[in-house]
This record gives sequence, structure tokens and C-alpha cells, in this order.
Amino acid sequence: MNARAAPAPLLEVKGVTLQYKTKEHLVTATYRVDFQIYKSDRFVILGPSGCGKSTLLKAVGGYMKPVEGTMSLNGEVIRKPGSDRVFVFQEFDQLLPWKTVMQNVMFALTSSGKLRGKAAADKAMQYIEKVKLTKFADSFPHMLSGGMKQRVAIARGMAMEPDVLLMDEPFAALDALTRRKMQEELLQLWEDTHFTVLFVTHSIPEAVLIGNRILLLSPHPGRVKAELNSDGKDNVGSDGKKLSERIHDMLFSDQIEEEVTRHV
Amino acid sequence: MSDNILVQRPEFVREVEISAYGVVEKPLTAWEKIFNNAAVRKCLLLLMLATVWQVYSTLLNNPLLFPKFSDTIDAFYDNIMNGVLLQRGWFSIKVLLMGYTAGLFLAGTLTAFAITSRIGNDFLETLTSMFNPLPAIALLPLALIWFGLGNGSLVFVLIHSVLWPVALNTHSGFMSVSQTMRMVGRNYGLTGPRYVAKILIPAAFPNILTGMKIGWAFAWRTLIAAELVFGVSSGSGGLGWFIYENKNQLEIANVFAGLFSVIIIGLFVENFIFRNIELKTVRKWGMQS
Repeated sequence: MNARAAPAPLLEVKGVTLQYKTKEHLVTATYRVDFQIYKSDRFVILGPSGCGKSTLLKAVGGYMKPVEGTMSLNGEVIRKPGSDRVFVFQEFDQLLPWKTVMQNVMFALTSSGKLRGKAAADKAMQYIEKVKLTKFADSFPHMLSGGMKQRVAIARGMAMEPDVLLMDEPFAALDALTRRKMQEELLQLWEDTHFTVLFVTHSIPEAVLIGNRILLLSPHPGRVKAELNSDGKDNVGSDGKKLSERIHDMLFSDQIEEEVTRHV
Repeated sequence: MSDNILVQRPEFVREVEISAYGVVEKPLTAWEKIFNNAAVRKCLLLLMLATVWQVYSTLLNNPLLFPKFSDTIDAFYDNIMNGVLLQRGWFSIKVLLMGYTAGLFLAGTLTAFAITSRIGNDFLETLTSMFNPLPAIALLPLALIWFGLGNGSLVFVLIHSVLWPVALNTHSGFMSVSQTMRMVGRNYGLTGPRYVAKILIPAAFPNILTGMKIGWAFAWRTLIAAELVFGVSSGSGGLGWFIYENKNQLEIANVFAGLFSVIIIGLFVENFIFRNIELKTVRKWGMQS
């Protein structure tokens, strides 16, 4: 048992149901989802496709409103996008192609009105150094590799020093080797600054490696199935199974149940 | 068992030596480099065309129908030297710039209106589908009644020829800005005009530039045609009028010289002005290869 009294959560999601409309359907993406994120958490939302994890992240970002329940950051209800929650997307076109690496990072700081002029340039450079792209500060995004582009996006997000960094499968478009390297670099960055990150993925190994807390969602619609702790080492638990195996079984059992109900 | 199916081979590890290679990188020959230059190839083609022209017109030997290339060049040179062509050219360009800027401005306003409201969107779509296919020259008789024989009429038809293609392209450019980029803009607190200026316009710039190029070409051809139809106003005319006037006097070499200037100005704007804008923007940003 943890002896420390739990502090107030940084991000609190209470009974959130999210729905969106396609041309023909009203889709319920998540149903009454609850979770709390505390400061310096590496909180991972894991689930198969269709469990509404990206939709959930978008809602935390303020891009859509829940039809039920509330989401609050530092006690304030989230209503619209803001620079206290910065997104890192999976797509490479999140970098503005008409700006250099440096300008991309600075753009975030100046547009949000956080910093300006010399101060913004210094802060931008500091984070570009952190992701080891100093040499490429004046390059345009199209000259960089996929991994480098994601590093710029991470630098841009971190330079904002947001309350929480929202990462939507940021490494999914990378090749396996680059992906592995980026995961290690992200953990290294966390060791440096202990930022709070909400990370969405559909990869079990990635979730186990990155997260200190893993939220498992079941699909159609997304509901909370479990919240697990991870120390990144994928240890064998009391039931004699590795964490990744436990997760795998939980997600997999869902699928079998679904198959069964479909055939009944 | 799979052991029997698969062919067994020993593993191996090699030391990779760098020095063992032959040529890794070799410069191209001078001839290859010259021929890789598009401008050189195009000049060569032009030279060929001029030769064909010269040979054919010499054989034809009828300067009233088809003057020699050398005569055309002479006429061109003379008219440049006595300042007539320069003056006429400048007159045309001045009117063109008036119409072009007014057209761009109106197109900007119309698209801004179209992206901010659904009714604006419908308005733009209806208007462009109505007026884009309508040739500007068809409006000239009306313009003459409304604005009289002067620059007013010319500017009116120019605006018509620029407005619709630019508006159409800008609008489709705005619509095709990726969802991710829009979310990035809003994430960092950009809204309203700042959002349009900092995200939408640069992101849609390849389309906007295409629209500007098409608009320019439409405007230029409309202007020359309009000048041919109603020609002179207040004692001075443009290049179209120069062509018309010389045809009436049967100075066919001058007619060719006039056409020549139209082509040269067109080439200059396309290959120098627009090309440079393109190099400094969309090419540099890797948004167009």
C-alpha cells in the first residue's frame, strides 16, 4: 500500500461518453470512461482499433465535447483547445512545411503568446538540443527523415512546457528500428524533465515500455477494462505471467467473447 | 520436419573494407551537364523553330502573308528603338496590373467569406460555376455601355477574367489543408484572421499560386483581345491596338513584332516572376517537386 496521501489529480476524466457523427451513423466512441492522471505520469491508453482511444485524446485536447461526463485539468473544465495541452500527432504533416525546424518550434511559443523574440529563440534552441537536432535547426521539414520529424514535433510540444503532453501514436508511422530508438529517447527525455504525458498506442510492448500506468480500453464502444502499473521491464507478476502477456490475454479474451456473441 | 525441408548453410561474418570499391561517384561530362539544363534544351528548340520559319518564309517570298524571321526581328528592334513598342507595352501592363490586383483582392475577400460561412461557400460555388466558363470578351459589349471607351471597361473585363479562377483555386486550396495542420494551428491558440494568415494561406499556397498563374494568363489574353476589339482610348493604346493598327497599314512585319512582344512578356512573367516566387516558396518548402 502506498503510504503517501494521493495529491489532487492533474487531469481528471469522469464518466465521459463521446459520440461523433459520420455521414450515416452516430458512433459512440467511448462510454463512461473514468481515469485520473497525476503529475509526471507517463499514462498510456492502450486498446485495439475502434476502442475510441484517439477520440478520447482529441476530447482531452478540447477538439470535441463529451455528451456526458466532465474532463478537467487542474480543476478547470476543458472546453476548447489550448496550449496547456499540446498535441504530438502521428502524421508527419504536423510540422509546418514552410517553416524551418527552429521556426516550427518558435512558432508554437510565439503564436500561443507564451514567449517572444530572443526568449522564444533561446527556449526553442534549448529543446532542439534536447532532441539532438541542433545541426538541423535551419533545415526545412521535407529534408528530414520520419524519425527526425517526430523529434521536432516532440521538441515543439515540450518547449511549450504544457501541463500535459498528448501523444497520439507518435511513433506508429516509423520503421521498427527508428521506433525503438525514439521510445528510448522519450524515456531519456522524461528522466531529464519529468513531464506529464498522455500516450495513446495500440502496441502492447510500447505501452509496457513507455507507461508507468496503463489504461486498457475494450472496443465498441471504449470502456475501461483495467488500469495497470508498469515499471517498463515487463516483469513476471504474481500469477506467473509477464505484464505484456496479461495485457494480451485481457485484450484477446474480449475478441473471443465478441466472436461468441456474434455466433449466438 | 522443417530441418529436412530447409537447406542448411553455415553462417558468416565479414570485415567490410572501404578501399575495395572502384568508382562510387563520378562527375558527369560537360556535355551531359549542358544537356541536363532545361533552358539550354528549350533554347535549342526555339532556334530550330526560327530556322524553319526563316527557311519557309524565304521560299514563300511573300512578306505580306508571312514575313521573314529576320524582318520580324528588324521590325521588333526598330519599334523598340523608337519607343513605340515600349510605350504600348507599358500601357498594356499598367492596365493589366490594375485589373489583376483588383481581381486578386476581390477573390481574397470572396474566399474569406466562403470559408467562414456555409452561405458564403454556396455563394462562391454558384458564382464560380456561373461565371468561370463565361469568356471575358463576351462581357465587353456590356462593359462598353457601362463604362465607356476607356480603361474602366478594360479593368472590368480583366477583373472578371482573374477573379473566378483565383477564387476557385484558393478556395479548393483552403479546403484541402490537412486536418492535422488545422489542429496544430488551433492547439497553439490561433483563431480568426491569424489562423487564416499563419496556417491556411501558407498551407494552401501551392493552389493559390496556381490560381494566380491561371488568372494571369487569362488576364493577359483577355487584355490583348479586348484591345484588338475596341482599341484605342484617349490617344494611346496597348499592344493589341499596335497589332490592329499595323494590320490596317499592312505592316505585317510589325504585326509579328507586336505578337512577339506579347509572347516575350508572357514568357518573362511565367518563367521569371512566377518561377522565382515558386522557387522561394513552394519548392523551398518541399510542397511541390
